[in-house]
Parts: sequence; C-alpha cells; structure tokens
Amino acid sequence: MRILPILKHALCSLPLFLTATAAFAQNEIIVGEFASLTGGSASFGQSSHKGTQLAIDELNAAGGVLGRKFKLITEDDQSLAGQPATIVRKLITQDKAIAILGEVASSKSLEAAPICQQNNIPMISPASTNPKVTEVGNYVFRICFIDPFQGTVMSKFALGKGYKKVALLTDVKQDYSVGLSEFFVKHFTANGGAIVKDQKFSTGDKDFKAQLTSIKTTKPDAIFVPGYYGEVALIAKQARQLGIKVPLLGGDGWVGDSLLKVAGNSLDGCFFSSHFSAEDKTPAVQDFVKKYQAKYGQAPDDMGALGYDSAMILADAIKRAGGTDGAKLRDAIAATKDYKAITGVITIDEKRNASKSAVIMAIENAGFKFLETVAP
Amino acid sequence: MFERTKLILVACIAAFAALSPLIGGMNPYYFNILISVGISLILAVGLNLVNGYTGQFSLGHAGFMAVGAYLAAAMSLGILFPYLDPPQWAPTAEELAADPQATVAKWTYPFKALWLLFGWLINALFWCHNHIIPLGAALPGWGKFLFALFYGGAIAALAGLTVGVPSLRLKGDYLAIVTLGFNEIIRVVLQSADPVGASRGLPGIPLATNFFWTFTFAALAIYVVWNIVHSTYGRGFLAVRDDEIAAEAMGINTTKYKVLAFVIAAFFAGIAGGLYAHFFQYINPEGFNFMKSVDIVVMVILGGMGSMWGVCAAAVLLTILPEVLRKVAKIEALPEWAREIAENRMIIYSLILIILMLARPQGLFAGWVKKKTRPA
Repeated sequence: MRILPILKHALCSLPLFLTATAAFAQNEIIVGEFASLTGGSASFGQSSHKGTQLAIDELNAAGGVLGRKFKLITEDDQSLAGQPATIVRKLITQDKAIAILGEVASSKSLEAAPICQQNNIPMISPASTNPKVTEVGNYVFRICFIDPFQGTVMSKFALGKGYKKVALLTDVKQDYSVGLSEFFVKHFTANGGAIVKDQKFSTGDKDFKAQLTSIKTTKPDAIFVPGYYGEVALIAKQARQLGIKVPLLGGDGWVGDSLLKVAGNSLDGCFFSSHFSAEDKTPAVQDFVKKYQAKYGQAPDDMGALGYDSAMILADAIKRAGGTDGAKLRDAIAATKDYKAITGVITIDEKRNASKSAVIMAIENAGFKFLETVAP
Repeated sequence: MFERTKLILVACIAAFAALSPLIGGMNPYYFNILISVGISLILAVGLNLVNGYTGQFSLGHAGFMAVGAYLAAAMSLGILFPYLDPPQWAPTAEELAADPQATVAKWTYPFKALWLLFGWLINALFWCHNHIIPLGAALPGWGKFLFALFYGGAIAALAGLTVGVPSLRLKGDYLAIVTLGFNEIIRVVLQSADPVGASRGLPGIPLATNFFWTFTFAALAIYVVWNIVHSTYGRGFLAVRDDEIAAEAMGINTTKYKVLAFVIAAFFAGIAGGLYAHFFQYINPEGFNFMKSVDIVVMVILGGMGSMWGVCAAAVLLTILPEVLRKVAKIEALPEWAREIAENRMIIYSLILIILMLARPQGLFAGWVKKKTRPA
C-alpha cells in the first residue's frame, strides 16, 4: 500500500510536467490544425497538412491578413480515436487557436467537432464527407462536397452525354455508395432518364458476372458504379469479358493506386467525378500545382488542394470579419459566397456544407485525364 | 488488512469528491489527459487480473471496452435494437403475385438454419435490451449515467463469460489468438450495426463523465482486484498462473478461476468503455481495434505482470508520456535538433518502451515494491 503516495505523486505532478506554454507574439493569428500525420490514414493527413502549410506560408509572405501574420500549430492525432479530442482541447485552451482546421477522416472530425462547438471556435474540415459532421453545430463547416452531391453531378454529366438508359450497380455495404446511387436516381429520373436495372454487390465481392449478365440484357447506355476502386477494377474487367462495351460511371471512390493496375485497359472510356485535378488548365490551379511542386517535389492530390483551400477560406473569412472573434468569424465563414478556390467556386450553404463544382475525370489508355468541371 | 483497504478506498473516494470542484476548473486539456489516465487505469488494472495474476494472455480487452461503450451510449441515447426477421423459407404472396414461378434458392437453407440456432437468442437479448432501456431512462440525473455504466459493464461481463467458457480451455498463444478474434468480431459486428451508426460511428453521446466518477471507478477497480487477489480465494488465481497442472492436482477448478478473472476484467473494461463514451461523446468501431488492446497489454507488461502498482504507474506513464513529448517538441527554448527529435515523439515513445523492457523486464516496480508489501 505504500505505493499509493507514488501514484498520487505521479498524478499531482502531471500539470507540472506539462506547463510549458510556448510564448508567442500577441499579434499573430493562431490557427490550430489537427491531422493524421502518422498511423492508418497518414497519407491523407500528410497531404492535407502540406496543402494547409503552403497556404499559410503564402498568406504570410503576402503580409498576412489585417496586418497580422498567421501561425499554424499542427498536432498529430496518430489516426487514433481519443486523440483528436485531446489535441483539439490543447489547441483551443493552450495554444489559444482562433479556429481549427481538420480532419480528413470523418470519424476524427466528429470527435473534435463538439469541442469546437462548446468553445465557440469555428472548425473547417477540408475533406470529411459524412453528413453528420456539420450537423454537430453551427460552428462546424466543411469545404468539400458531401457524398450525395456527386450522385447529382454524375447524373448531370450522363444526361449531358445523352445517356437515356442507365443501369445501377451499388455497393450496399457502403453508405457512400448507397448515397451516391440514391441521388443519382433522383436527379436522373426527374430529368427524363430511365434506370433500366438496379443491381447490388457488397464490399469484398470478387465475382460480379451474375449482376453484369442481368444488366447486359437491358442494353443500357452506361452503368453507374459508385463503388471503391478495389471492386470497380474487377467489375470493369468482368464487364469487358462479358462483352459489355458501354462506359462505367463513378465517384471519387475510384481513385486508388490499384484501380488501373488491376483493371488495365478495361476502364478506358469511363468517367468519374472527383474533387480536383492537377491537370485542370485553369491558371489558378496551375499556379497552385507549380507552387506545391516547388515546395514538396510532388504533384498535389485532392487532399492537398482541399487543405490549401480550407486555410484560404479561413483567411478570407477573417478578412471579412475584421477580426478573430469566434462568433463574428463563424458568421463570416457561413457567409462565404462564390469564393474562387482551387477545388472550385465555393459557397457555404445554410447547412454549413460547401456547394461547389466537381471535376469529371476520364480514363484513357489506362490513365486519368481531366475532362471538365461541372457546376452544382 | 481488509479493513485497512476498505478505509483507504473510502478515503480516496472522499478525496476525489472534495477535489472534483477544484479539478473541474482546470485547463480542459489537462483535464482531458487526467480522464484518459483514469480510464487507462481501469483498463490496465482489469487486464492485470487476467494477464498478470491469472497468467492468461488476453489480447481482446478493447473488445469488452467496445461492448461497454456502445451499450452505455445506447442506454444514454435511448437506442432500441430492431429484431431480426425470421428467414424466408418460401416466396411471399407478393412475390408469387408478381412472378408465379418465384422460388427461394435451396442453397440458402443451411445459412437460414443458422438462424434457428442463434437468431432467437439474439432476438431474446435484443428484447431484454429494449426492455431495460426505458428503466434507465426513467432514472434522474446521475442515476441514469451510473445505470448506463453498470449496464455496459454487465453486458461486457456477459460477453467475457461467453468468450471465456469455450476459449479458456486453450492456453498461451492459442488463447491470445482467440481473444484477438473476439476483438475483431466485436469490431466488425459494430461496423455493420446500423442502429448504433455502423462504420459512421455514434455521435452525440451526452457529456457525463467527470473526475469524480472516473477516479472513483478506478479506485474501485484497484480495490476489487487487490482484495480478490489477496483473499484466500484469490490464491486460486495465483496458483493457476504459477502451475496450472499442479493447481488442478490440488483440486483447484482452474477453468472456474480463469472464467472468473475474465468476467471481472471484462466488467471493468465495460465500465471504462462507458466512461470513455460519455467523455469523448463520439465512438467509432475503429477506436476499439486490435491496437487499442495492444496498448493495454503494453501497460500491463511494462508495469510488470501481476504487480498492481507497477501496472498503475505504467498506465499513468504511458498515457501522459506522448503528451509530454508533444509539449517538449514545442518548447522554443530548446535547440532546434532537440525539438526535431521530440517531433518524432512516437519513435521516442517506442524507444522508451524498448529501453524499459531491457532494463526492467520484470516490470517497473517489480522487486522493490514486493519486498515492502505482502508477497503477491
């Protein structure tokens, strides 16, 4: 029992260990960022952090906002549950961050969002697509489109291409996939299209011949496959083997290293929607790509571009709010309208989601190719 | 001895009650770490009963924590479980009306037969859950929270029993694999359990966990485990650890002791899960994966299997160490290279683990504490 004092000692000295508050200039605008720099979703976190850092550096090089420079404090949540809450509390109460940027993964954003809400600190998620994230409260925003939006975009694209009969192949295990299909159907049928067949599969399936054969008999103009790259690659291969020549359509779940490795040339002539393309010839995008390349020696991906936009939109809102007061800043972010960001023209809607354009990518000769931008 | 431990327990709880208004006002970041320490304590002390005192190797502690977290949250949010539908052996009237030739594939029969085995059992459990929920909801204030915690703990203990009885016939590595498998089953089931948010996680859990309850339960866990192990009855656990065959020859029902250890550990893991859910206000199946189990096992091994105070110290140390390193990386007075090293805090963390294991393979306090206290 004599160890109890030791235990107590350890507990008591806890604040002592940690009271090393960094000194910082009064004048700086402290922005907190939490990202998965290590762990399972590190590749997303690293990219978004690089984008955010690039934006902050650029803003500071231009003299900051309202005559004040930015200071970005980034903390790693190791892709672990429990960590986002801890570090966002730290960013808000220790570092006195005036706004929080992060995370890519919805599960991490959902943990941090209630804390930002309770402290009246605006939070901007660059890439959490789960609709529940912004439902937490009126201080939580996102600048990516949510899943259902992509369904509408692809429907518009299909109608524009003149497809009248489309078959569906939905992954029933993924909310993402079900959401995309639902909104695709809603928009497509309301605008004169017809869904000729509605087939389903589950994540992890390997054989899709039964569904594809039944789709083939209906002779569709295209097949909408809002799945993830693993299954989509197999579906494309098997569809071509069965002699289905029509294009496949999909969403950003298609983007994955192994997609084209597995599918080879069978996805040629297919289309999918995405957040951003480095091949977009718009001067703003090309400028961003060049700066990113110069700083990090690699082309930016979706997350990098979204991270960059999240910081830029925050800076824009601070400028319009004329200060960093939580409530005023919140109102300013909510009032963001037609902001010309790298990933499209962004307007924050009344549900604090971004209404913005998506890019359509085509696949040609087993490579991605930027095709066009579709407005909401 | 018995009286003294009880006295200390009461004194501790009184001290926590007296301290809690003081600690309630502390910086939320430190408060967050403090609560995490409390939760780690409960988890590690519980697991120590299985891995340390009883000498079994369980790798599925996070699974029990998940059960507790989800059921306590379901209680607080009033989530009812929908009953499973009985399997369909023949086409329904509607299907026959649409297609007179409709049949139900014969090959599905064996799978449906599984329903006869487990379906009714699951529905019976759901029925119990759906009837217990209103009982808890009727309780006022803290009663509801405590009821939720105990409910989560009780179901986790039940899960411990169901896993324990068939699998504790296994030894060593084999048991580790089985418990690991259980952990994964829980995670996968939760990932597809729609009433509790499936893979999207469960947001919006009310904030109820505070300093007082967390540390009262931590003290209770320590008290219960300490007293069990130091009772006449508890010699059985140690006998199982030291030599199972000899213990069996002496007439000790080894299976009973092992199952009992499992049930008690699972109960406290469930309580810890409930505290976790009501503090972080968001839970996701990914937060209770295999890595979480490993974290707890590391606390037990580092502290010294079967050393109560060593395990407590390790739980405290391993919870605050990453945060201390986070702080060190931000101290601007330190030279650049020192901060650079601290940046890679997860490497330092791992290095400290390796060094401690090399220097004190028997655990942090093993040896010098034992001499001063009664042999354990």
